[in-house]
Amino acid sequence: MKKLLLVLTIAFSASVVYAGGYRVGVQGHKQLAMGHTGVAVVTSAESAFFNPAGLVFLDGKLNVSLGAAAVLSNTSYQNREFGYTAEADNPVGTPFYAYGAYKINDWLSAGIAVYTPYGSRVEWPTDWEGSHLVNNIELSAIFVQPTISIKISDKLSVGGGPIYVSGAVNFNRNLSRSLTDENGARSNVTIDASGINAWGYSVGAMFRPTEDINIGVNYRSRIDMDVERGDGTADFENLPAALAPGFADGDFTASLPLPAELTFGIAFTPADKWLVAIDYTRTFWDAYEALDVQFFNSAGLSRNPRAYKNSSIYKIGAQYEATQKVTVRAGFYFDESPIRDGFFAPETPRPDSVNFTAGFTYELNSRWAIDASVLYVHSNEIDNSYDYFTEAGQRLSFGGAYKSNAIVAGIGVSYKL
Amino acid sequence: MKNNIKYIAVLALGLFACEPEFDNPIEESGTYSNGSADFSTFVAVGNSLTAGYMDGTVFKSGQQNSFPNIMAQQFAYAGGGAFTQPSFDDDVNDAGGFLLGGNPLPGFGTRLVLDASQGRPENLNVASTVELSNLQATAYNNMGVPGAKIFHLGFPGYGNIAGLPNANPYFIRHATTPDATVIGDAVSLNPTFFTLWIGNNDILGFATSGGVGVDQTGNPNVLSYGGADITDPGVFAFTYQALVDALTANGAKGVVATLPDVTSIPYFTTVPYNPVPLDAGTAAFVNNAYATYNGGLQFAAGNGLITAAEAAQRTITFAAGQNPVVIVDEDLTNLTGFGIPSYRMTTIDDLLILPSSGFIGTQADPNDPTSVNGVGIPLADNWVLTSTEVQMVRTARTAYNNAIVSIAAANDLAVADMATKLEELVSGLRTTDGQVYTNNYFDGSSNSISTVVFSLDGVHPNSRGYAIVADEFIRVVNEKYGSDVPAVTAGYYPGVTVVPSN
Repeated sequence: MKKLLLVLTIAFSASVVYAGGYRVGVQGHKQLAMGHTGVAVVTSAESAFFNPAGLVFLDGKLNVSLGAAAVLSNTSYQNREFGYTAEADNPVGTPFYAYGAYKINDWLSAGIAVYTPYGSRVEWPTDWEGSHLVNNIELSAIFVQPTISIKISDKLSVGGGPIYVSGAVNFNRNLSRSLTDENGARSNVTIDASGINAWGYSVGAMFRPTEDINIGVNYRSRIDMDVERGDGTADFENLPAALAPGFADGDFTASLPLPAELTFGIAFTPADKWLVAIDYTRTFWDAYEALDVQFFNSAGLSRNPRAYKNSSIYKIGAQYEATQKVTVRAGFYFDESPIRDGFFAPETPRPDSVNFTAGFTYELNSRWAIDASVLYVHSNEIDNSYDYFTEAGQRLSFGGAYKSNAIVAGIGVSYKL
Repeated sequence: MKNNIKYIAVLALGLFACEPEFDNPIEESGTYSNGSADFSTFVAVGNSLTAGYMDGTVFKSGQQNSFPNIMAQQFAYAGGGAFTQPSFDDDVNDAGGFLLGGNPLPGFGTRLVLDASQGRPENLNVASTVELSNLQATAYNNMGVPGAKIFHLGFPGYGNIAGLPNANPYFIRHATTPDATVIGDAVSLNPTFFTLWIGNNDILGFATSGGVGVDQTGNPNVLSYGGADITDPGVFAFTYQALVDALTANGAKGVVATLPDVTSIPYFTTVPYNPVPLDAGTAAFVNNAYATYNGGLQFAAGNGLITAAEAAQRTITFAAGQNPVVIVDEDLTNLTGFGIPSYRMTTIDDLLILPSSGFIGTQADPNDPTSVNGVGIPLADNWVLTSTEVQMVRTARTAYNNAIVSIAAANDLAVADMATKLEELVSGLRTTDGQVYTNNYFDGSSNSISTVVFSLDGVHPNSRGYAIVADEFIRVVNEKYGSDVPAVTAGYYPGVTVVPSN
């Protein structure tokens, strides 16, 4: 027992993880606890997400992992030149996952993965200084991925499957920096759409050159969430009576890309009871050129350039079988922001972050286990601005200092037969 | 073992309790500073510009955006105290204007709004609820009194309701006693810091009336002045010194402001000198009507009554395209004894006042198509500030500004050069966020909704314009007193009120 506590202490002090843009990296407590590595790890059904090729190497006929987490995130904003301060008290996000893998025969496994890799909940004070950019936003997407995993040899496997996505968005912002109705209430618009469907795929391969080393690669395709006419509603509020007829409620079209991700990684056993994993993920954020929303009234086309750049995540994690029943894990990752200078919009205030993770698995018996993990996301204070808001033909800058952090804590269960 | 548990608990708490904190949070005291100034009791003295007057009146929500009130909100970051303004709690319709004994006070209507159905500004069609006889008898931090000329600030009885119509309704509302003076009430608050922006009305009354008043330069007897007269620069300088002496008697520091030129105000720049479009046929027809007048000018020139140059200046000629208007100009050589009226056409140096846009082109006699105002019927003096009158205003303004600047220098006060600031609007004033503001009158476009900085009265800024003014005051205060008071973003402040119908 004493030994376990010592390990936990180290884990807490060593580690955290999350991800740039509106990516939420909470796809399994075992792997999150190891710095969200996993492309080369074969431990549980979590491989259905991290690398479908790994499923076929799992022990047991049936592997199931279920879990959920709470994301508590905060962003502070201040502008010294003008004396502005604001704090985004974001509602708790609740990413979850459910993975199952069934071994059909020695060379073929089938599985299903349900997970929520993208999402964002940012809630600034209504009518704050950046309210012409965003008051609040909620993005969510559920991925459903039927998966097969094929063993080509004892050293090589491949896997993959199609991804069906169901997404939703709710986004409110003020129409301009100053427009109000006759009572001084700010004119604003809420766009809301849910049940937006799209398809993509995930493919992976795993190579096991020796018993102690695993090498993996996984690619998840870009998926465009397109809101077509009639899918959602645009609700205009507090327009002055003279302008209200031009801003009738209606629908809108928009497209939000969920970028492709390519991950390479290696996992190895440096000593008995130890596992170390190192992953590199490249996220192709350049797909996110703009958040353009087309309205079908006087609001017209709202152009919001984003011009994200591709970004990298560097991850490392380790696990240690502390006792027969307890496995402890810790990890770290550095998450590069995809946001260029001058494009720092407060609806996704995510600068570079360092992330510390920790967690454990407690084996209730030979079949059931409890998984838990925590993630602490730390970002340095950043001075940046969004310089592409257009008012009366002029490009305006809105900026200041931002500082964010987030903590994610979650629990889940795994089952092995 | 116990120690280990404690260690874990502390670590876990540390993780959860970690709100994002800035290295230098500006909410902490000590971020901003007052320098050598003391903003604890800030008093603003002046006229309509200080009062937050816009759209032709002072109304409840507009007053919130008076430039001193905006300044006071920023001063609060650096030791500024409470800032009070004359109460408009009774302005329940947010319409301004005045009632006297329950009846509308003539000349003090409700605020102007743009009536979209008519495409023009109109007084908001609700009743004023601001009763003039409900006296507040309170000295406020905002001592801006709309309509005040410089000599009114020290004039006992300016706030005496019994003195109507010569007393000032705005000051009547809050004068501490019937005999109180504006400056006396201001000083009674023991200001530690002040703004003084006064003198605009000493030339504006003349200018907005199209120069119908008298230039009183050289006449120190202000009691003999009419409302549209130009105040004697000697009186101006003397009074200004007295106001500054009163405000600085307790060692208060402050900032004074210069007076802008009329050509930076849309009231004088919106209507072009040549607003009349004519086709060739109509032009020829109209020219024919002036043939006798033009012939008379040649007769006068031939007989040496006027120079050939004046004859040319006065000759009326319309042509196809945009045409100037015909005006009566009393500064022309008087030939009425010969039956020749004092007519000429406007030039680019004449300023047609804003209300002329609704008058030029109308017919004096609805049944007589030749009676078009500005074409067949010359415009009277009150519609136009002629180049000669513009020069009179400029001469006085230059003298006033010289006095302001030199008195400020002698008393070691900051100067907000509003003359230059408003001049920047002519070519486009760019604020640090990237927006560009001009002195254009509201043109009905959606761009104009976001960028117009003058209110519908054409003379006074709107809330957004007052934010620009407040920002400039703060900038010079920081520069002069080494203070660090945060700036103001004009773009967040409202502009024009448009109603579908009125």
